[in-house]
Amino acid sequence: MTEPGLLYDGTDWDFRTLQRSYDAIERIACEELGLEVYPNRIEIITSEQMLDVYTAHGMPLTYRHWSYGKRFLQHESSYRRGYSSLAYEVVINSNPCISYLMEENTATMQALVIAHAAFGHNHFFRNNHLFRQWTEASAILDYLEFARGYVAACEDQHGVAAVERVLDAAHALSRHGVHKHGGARPLNLKLDQKRERERRDYDELMFDDLWRTLPGAKAKQTTDTVAERRRRLGLPEENLLYFLEKVAPRLQSWQREIIRIVRLIAQYFYPQPQAKLMNEGCATWVHQRIMTRLHETGQINDAAFLEVLHSTSNVIMQPDFDHPAGGPGFNPYALGYAMMSDIERMCIDPTEEDRNWFPDIAGNGDPLGTLRHAWANFRDESFVLQYLSPAVIRRFKMFRLLDDTSESTLLVDAIHDDAGYRAIRRSLAASYDPAVHDPDVQVVDVDLAGDRRLMMQHRTRPGQLLAQRDAEATLRHVAALWGYEVRLQEVDSETDAVLATHTASPPAA
Amino acid sequence: MEIIDRRRNPHGKNLENRQRVLARARAAVARATRSAIDQGTLREVGRDQAVTIPADSLHEPSFHTVFTKGKRQVVLSGNKEFSTGDRLSRPPGGRGGSGSGDGQGSGGDGEDGFRFVLTRDEFLDLFFEDLELPDLVKNQIVATETMAPIRSGISTDGAPSQIDMARSMRQSMARRIGLRRPKAPEIEALEAEIAALAESGDAPDRLLELRAELASALQRQRRVPWIDPVDLRYRRFTQVPKPSARAVMFCLMDVSGSMSEQMKDLAKRFFLLLHVFLERRYKHVDLVFIRHTETAEEVDEETFFSDPRTGGTVVSTALAEFMRIQRARYPQDSWNIYAAQASDGDNSGSDTQKSVGMLENDILPLVQYFAYIEVGTMAVIRGETELWRGYHPLSQRNGRLAMSRVSDRRDIFSVFRQLFARKVQA
Repeated sequence: MTEPGLLYDGTDWDFRTLQRSYDAIERIACEELGLEVYPNRIEIITSEQMLDVYTAHGMPLTYRHWSYGKRFLQHESSYRRGYSSLAYEVVINSNPCISYLMEENTATMQALVIAHAAFGHNHFFRNNHLFRQWTEASAILDYLEFARGYVAACEDQHGVAAVERVLDAAHALSRHGVHKHGGARPLNLKLDQKRERERRDYDELMFDDLWRTLPGAKAKQTTDTVAERRRRLGLPEENLLYFLEKVAPRLQSWQREIIRIVRLIAQYFYPQPQAKLMNEGCATWVHQRIMTRLHETGQINDAAFLEVLHSTSNVIMQPDFDHPAGGPGFNPYALGYAMMSDIERMCIDPTEEDRNWFPDIAGNGDPLGTLRHAWANFRDESFVLQYLSPAVIRRFKMFRLLDDTSESTLLVDAIHDDAGYRAIRRSLAASYDPAVHDPDVQVVDVDLAGDRRLMMQHRTRPGQLLAQRDAEATLRHVAALWGYEVRLQEVDSETDAVLATHTASPPAA
Repeated sequence: MEIIDRRRNPHGKNLENRQRVLARARAAVARATRSAIDQGTLREVGRDQAVTIPADSLHEPSFHTVFTKGKRQVVLSGNKEFSTGDRLSRPPGGRGGSGSGDGQGSGGDGEDGFRFVLTRDEFLDLFFEDLELPDLVKNQIVATETMAPIRSGISTDGAPSQIDMARSMRQSMARRIGLRRPKAPEIEALEAEIAALAESGDAPDRLLELRAELASALQRQRRVPWIDPVDLRYRRFTQVPKPSARAVMFCLMDVSGSMSEQMKDLAKRFFLLLHVFLERRYKHVDLVFIRHTETAEEVDEETFFSDPRTGGTVVSTALAEFMRIQRARYPQDSWNIYAAQASDGDNSGSDTQKSVGMLENDILPLVQYFAYIEVGTMAVIRGETELWRGYHPLSQRNGRLAMSRVSDRRDIFSVFRQLFARKVQA
């Protein structure tokens, strides 16, 4: 018999159980924690459907491409062999916010993931400035639908192989298909679509520089200065897909549209890796708090709460650097949850150290307000820089290694002591800087007077050249889209010395 | 909030994408399936198979950096003993105590082989790509035994169960219209009018006229039936001969002392391959195992491969046994007959001519294909064997005899392919 007040008993759930759990969780989330969320939609799916969701980066639908099949096969193979289990949930940054729940979950796990995804992640998506600025949650599903239809139509008209070539090339550049400094403009995919198309029509009408140099059309001698030419072409441009979509002379309009689709979807995903630590930390902190409150108010029993504790502690496990499962990098769940719990602690019960380090928040008595502020206004890099406290550094026993290739040994140059806190915090924050992961590759010039060669440049960070084989393969994709030869120079960002040069020609038609 | 149960949604969303992967990596996957066979997983042939292909064929390149030289700092967790200023030796692998997020080796392509599971059908499709059974079509037509009914239009007679209702009613309607059979509403209208006139009593002439009209209408309705046997239409079936979907495969093997275990293993692989291949084409494949030394006998599979015998070699005994079994159980007109013979090539000299004669005159006319493989070990470099010398001229004369040598596991597949390679149509 279910005791009075319990939401459920045992592990089985049905749709009424889910509804009851949801309502109880919503009460805590909205009334006690003051979370603001998009309307929720909860979908129950099977493990095979979960694999489908994985495949499409968590999107409910995508256009067809072999790379999704590849990911499907990878996940399927490792799942079938028991190497990995599937996530309990996947949540989509859309309005309404869609959470996928696996049917295999127990009643407790369903409640936990509702708290985690439908409230934790959902609140973060809705409030964090990166997501607000870069993604239009209400438009993404429609846009994906459009993309799927458009790509399918192109396949019918131009053949699967032709479409695949464009998609392959665009995918290779998708990390360079983002306006990183587009800033304030919210990305409204629907309006964007219409406006951009008009602009492109206009550009196509007006912009014929690339063709004016055709021999025969003996127009006036090109007297452009480099600066003038770059200005007209909008160079330098770091959004490679954008540049190719707008300027590449030999693309047909459907090819431009496909590049655009890849670019806009890449743009939609752009914030995710920059706020992974915070996003997961937020969701974990929220679910832990909500489940604790459900237990305190007698809505779930001890057995269920033990399951919650077990699950949470699995998720926030941080293996040591020398542990086989460890290695570089921090578990975003572990570090995020630890930092947020630490903020809560500092607000309520600060030590002298906290007062020195965080005079603004130590003892302010408002952990929820402080956390909500952090969730809204920071990303991983700035969050770590701002909030990583000595207490957390000590807890993880962090230390910093200096890897100098000219030395035969590694140097421990900071550990969790007074001298090391700031150094560690600075380095850890820097490792979350998105620029670390995406090399700075730009289009710098087009040789208009000659053979229309596209000139690109990689401004290197010290010691970091592009992986050669991949760079050349990617460059061939650029050349395929550009239609003429492409040259990429890797230069030292301080001295402008050329460190390496790669060239690629378009495939023979 | 809404809860949606998606579990019943159509599955297999990614089938198409999966097919595209296979198509893209077709060459690599085909190579992988073949090496899976060569690596000795023959027992599993035909079950779902995991294959590993080089990641290259499915690599998705991007611009990314690798740390080559210079300085970098890495923050790690779990310090147990280090103090500031300690120096650590680099861990093996030489990529710093840590590697880094983007460290993928100097080649920059960190993905290993790509492993996934093919279904039985996908696997066999790839595996037997470009192979075909020789003379399959011709012999299928010859070997017609079973008949199958197929639809062949409409007839005017047949069994009641085959009545085509829609067509029969169409005929009936056409006939009724053609013969102007009065419709029920028309008669009802007449009756109603008569009743009205009879009641009111006026226009008695008109009443008489109407009564006559009604009588004639009723008579006509009786004479022209609503449905008549001439309306009936039946679905017609004709019996067409169906190619026999049965095949029998004779495995003949020399098990005399000169055949080592390894040679038998090679033969076994070849037989199994042929069996799987035949199963792709025929619904039903019978296997007959005949082993021989100086005498031949039919045995079961287990005995065939595992039970060692000693003795001399007289090939013609196996061929005679083949003929006996074929006559007794597998008449040529209802079975597709395949035979594969494995031997180390030894035969007693006087018997070879007899064997070749039997083969040419009795066996080859019966079978679709007779494959002779000669197994030998790499170590022994031999000239032409007794049997090879005997069979070779015959194989030149008769395309149904194919022969090849196998000396190593790895060759099995290529030999198999060579024997069954799709012949370019002249």
